Formats: sequence, structure tokens, C-alpha cells
Amino acid sequence: MPDSPDPTGSRRDAAVRALADVPRTPGAPKPDPILVADSVTRRFGGLTAVDVEHVEIQRGAITALIGPNGAGKTTFFNLLTGFDIPDSGSWLFNGKDLAGIPAYKVARLGMIRTFQLTKALSKMTVLENMRLGATGQQGERLLASMFGFLWGAQEKGITSKADELLKRFNMHGKRDDFAGEMSGGQRKLLEMARALMTDPEMVMLDEPMAGVNPALTQSLLEHIKNLREEGMTVLFVEHDMDMVRDISDWVIVMAQGKVIAEGPPDEVMRDEAVIVAYLGGHHDKALTSTGVSFTEEADQ
Amino acid sequence: MDWGYILSVMVTSAFGVEAIVFGLAAIGVNMQFGYTGLLNFGQSAFMAVGGYAVAVTVVELGLNFWIGVVIGLVVTVLLALLLGVPTLRLRADYLAIVTIAASEIVRLLVRSVTFKDFFGGSDGQQSFAGGFFAMSPLAQDLSLRIGPVVLNNRQIFVLIVGWGLVLLGCLVVWLMVRSPWGRVLKGIREDEDAVRSLGKNVYLYKMQSLIIGGLFGAIAGYVYAVGNEAVSPDFFGTDTTFFVYAIVILGGAARVFGPVLGTVIFWAVIQGTDVFLRSAIDIGVPVISLMNGTQAAVVRFMLVGLGIMLLMIFRPQGILGDRKELALDAR
Repeated sequence: MPDSPDPTGSRRDAAVRALADVPRTPGAPKPDPILVADSVTRRFGGLTAVDVEHVEIQRGAITALIGPNGAGKTTFFNLLTGFDIPDSGSWLFNGKDLAGIPAYKVARLGMIRTFQLTKALSKMTVLENMRLGATGQQGERLLASMFGFLWGAQEKGITSKADELLKRFNMHGKRDDFAGEMSGGQRKLLEMARALMTDPEMVMLDEPMAGVNPALTQSLLEHIKNLREEGMTVLFVEHDMDMVRDISDWVIVMAQGKVIAEGPPDEVMRDEAVIVAYLGGHHDKALTSTGVSFTEEADQ
Repeated sequence: MDWGYILSVMVTSAFGVEAIVFGLAAIGVNMQFGYTGLLNFGQSAFMAVGGYAVAVTVVELGLNFWIGVVIGLVVTVLLALLLGVPTLRLRADYLAIVTIAASEIVRLLVRSVTFKDFFGGSDGQQSFAGGFFAMSPLAQDLSLRIGPVVLNNRQIFVLIVGWGLVLLGCLVVWLMVRSPWGRVLKGIREDEDAVRSLGKNVYLYKMQSLIIGGLFGAIAGYVYAVGNEAVSPDFFGTDTTFFVYAIVILGGAARVFGPVLGTVIFWAVIQGTDVFLRSAIDIGVPVISLMNGTQAAVVRFMLVGLGIMLLMIFRPQGILGDRKELALDAR
């Protein structure tokens, strides 16, 4: 549908359309990749935590990275964002090789991450958390810091940007509270809003739903969808399959450090290799109904 | 008991040269530990660099006092880089270990027999402050009497300049920590990975904080050297560093005036208990007079330790701190 009647869904359609002809194989090439990783490996002693031969992330789409515990999803995240150093491999972000680039520079290039264990800075107010996210601040330079007139105007701009984002995330009433006074779910929201202060091109969310109550889950999902509508690329790690199905345009499955399957959410969840990875080769019916839902039937 | 005498001793120590020296050093530690979370256990090394820089420049090199001041600042920056480059990328505790070792290395170096001709060995260095006192606009015969204590014109000049430096230091720290730069430091104190993920060069900020705190240490060293018109190596031991930490915690970490309030109270209590115990022994107060004067000098530190323990139990945020802010840590 070139003329989508629903403008909010337009980017989703575009992403789904762009990915429609991509082969459903691990390491499949994408029409417009923002991130391309090649032979990235990370070993902890004898354990190979990550061994990704080739993977591409489509620009402007929401890609989910799923896999059983210990599959190496978070380690892969850490490697891509410069928080950990791989034993080998290279990865290009917007055509720029990021291997060996420190985390803060990766962030400045437009690839921003959040953490599985939320890192809201609890002794700072919500507003200060937000302001900290803004990039290119004059007042963050040592010598300029002492002279308020050098950064006062910029600070006002940053504050109004933070206020707008806080309103969008329904946290404006809490702007002067300490971040540590907020609930776990609100801290997740704050972390995401803070990441948006950097105007990222790609947002990497490490388990955005972990520890979030169902009431907040829905609004978090909407916020993630909105990121795509604003033209950002989202890559997220998640365990909640309903959520993965709901918001992702493409799913990459990892197990034992390798990418074992790729495809649109519904197809991937029917993939034999994926079911085996999650449940083992000899699972019986009883196991599939314990809450981990892979198929449409199990949902009902 | 002569309460007037005890009180005047307390007042003169609360605002004396030692209070200034430890206050300036504490302002530096407050920047490092209070605002950035860096455990610099070698503040005495930075103080030694300051003190010895002016002493050696004047006495051994025969140069101007102010050249010594500049040399001290340069060496301080170099020392901070030397300590920070290998450790600031690692966890906080590595910096603590390296700095405490480095401060002992500095102390043993300046008191060593090998370098006696240069640093003066265990005697230290004397008579180098002439260049500083030449700046004094005060009359030669000026003197000030506070109870039994008489201050001459030199001492008054040191106190004026010293407290001026303390207030200037507080102003600089206040300007810095209220800025976006200070915000990054506070972020690093809580979770440096979060700050890193937002595109800030955490390593650079930690280095800047370490250097600035070290510079305050060096300035404290100048005041110490000038105020005593001498430097001796054994002042720069680890106990000096830990007095500085006691002062920061007492006043309230991450508060601009915390170190100032801390140093005033610390020295008033330390010297006040000393004269109190001594006069109590003199007039034969029961129990207390079981001690002699030497023992009393040690007991006052026990009392201060007890006081700090009680403070930590009932007011862990220090005198100026915010309890609410501290409680958030528990989550």
C-alpha cells in the first residue's frame, strides 16, 4: 500500500515491504543495512559466548534479537556498542568500522544503548538525567564550565527539549524528583527518554520490558514503535514473545553464540531450529503450553 | 578549669593554619571523592609536591618563590597523570591502592638519605618563604591577641591569604559542579557506564577531576610550607590523607562548604579535647587524671574516632549532607 491511510503505520509498512524479499536464512543480506557485522567472536576462557559469522540490520526497521538464556545476545550487544572487546571481527555502522572504537565514541556516532539492569542515575533528578543525555554541550568542557554565560543559552535549549520528551513519556510531573524514587518501569522509560536526548540514529534496547508491569508495557511498546516512525532503527533483546511478535519487523535468533535463524516474527517462531534451540530436540507438548508461546494456537 | 583558655584554643585552631591546610586538601578530595567517586588515598603526596616544590626551588635551586609555586603546579599535574593513566580505566579500588602506595613513595623519597642534599632528609627544608612574605602589605609590628595566643604580622598574613584561598576554592568548586561539567562528574560517581553510553569520555572527566583535586592538594602544601616556614617529610604520611577524608565526611561529601565546615570542627575538637584533657589532668579530675599528658594526646584521637562513628550511625550524610539523597543508594 503506497498510500497508507494510517500515517502512523507508514514506516512499518515500508520496513515490512523492504524485508519481504529477504531470504529467511541466517546472515541474510538486507536491502539497506545500517549495521553489518562480520565474524565477531568473543571467548571467555574456553566458552565461546559469541560467534556471529555475518549479520545485517535493516535501516528504519525494528529488529528483535531473541534466543535462550546464555545465547550471547547481551554480550553481542556489548561488543557492538564498544562496552566489550571482541577476540576478532569487524562491524560497520553506516559504513564506518567500529572495531576498537570506545563506547563513548560509538554513542556519539549515533548508536545508543540502554541496559538490561536499568542505569537511571538515582541521586540525580529526572531532569538532570535527561540533560546529561544531550550531546555537544559547551558547559561540559572543563574551562567553559566555570562561566555560566558560555553555556546558559544552550542549557535552556536542552531543558526545553528534555521537557518535551518528558511530556511525551508522561513523566513531566516527576521532572524534579530523584530518579531513584521512581518505579522500575518508570526508570526504564527514563532511560529510553534519556537515550533520545542524544538524537540517535540507532537505538539498542537490552530487554526493555524486563521488570516492567503490564500497565506500563503497553506504553513502552508504543514508544518503541514511535522510534521507528521517527526514522530511527531499533535493535532490541527480549524474552517476551508476544512483545516480539507485536512490534518487530524482523527477528534474529541466536543460540550458543551463533545466529541460527532470521525472518519475520511469525515465520521465525515456527522455525524448527528455533523451537529446538529454546526447548531442546525432544520437547513434548506439555512444555509448549507452560507460557512460552511460539505459535498462534498457544496464544489463545 | 579555665574554660576561657580552652575556648580560645578551640577558636584559634578552628581558624588556624592547619585548618586552612586541611580545608584546602579536603576541597580537593571532595572534588575527587565527593563529586566524582574517585578514591584518591594519596592526597598527602600532592600536598608534599606543593610544599617541597617551593622549598627546594628556593633553598636548593636559589630561584624565586613564585617559580616554585609554578613548578609545584606542573609537577602536581604530572603526578596526577602518572597515577591516573594506568588506573582510571580500571575499577575504583585500583586508584585507591596506587595512590596510597604512591603517597608513601613520595614521603620516603623526600626523607631518604640518598636525596638529603636535595630534599633535606628527615629534617626537611626551612627558610624559603621570604618571597611570599615580601608581598605582605601588613606593618612589621602588627600583632593580634586572641586569648593567650598572639599572632605576629607573618601569621596574620598567612591566615588572610589562606582563608582567601579557601573561599576562592569554594567559589571555583561551586561554579564547576553546578555546570554541565559537574553534572557529568555526578553521573560518573553513580554509574560510569551509563554516562559512557551517552557519549561522554568518562576517562577524560575522571582525569580532570583527579588533577583539579590534586592541585588543591598542592595549594594546601604551599600554605603548610609557608605557614610553618618549613616542610618536614613526616607530615605527609597517610594519616594526613585520612584526616582529610575524616574532614570531608564530617562536613558532608559533595557539598561545596562541607570541607570548610569539616576542617573548622575537626581542628576545634582535636585541639579543644587536648587542652581540656590536659587541664583536667592538671587539676586532678577523677578518672581523667589517671592519664598523663602523652596519653591524653592519643586519647583525643580516640574521642574523635568515636565522634565520627556516632556521626556515621546517626548522620551518615555528614553535617551538610542530604539524608534523602544518601538513602537512595540502598536501592
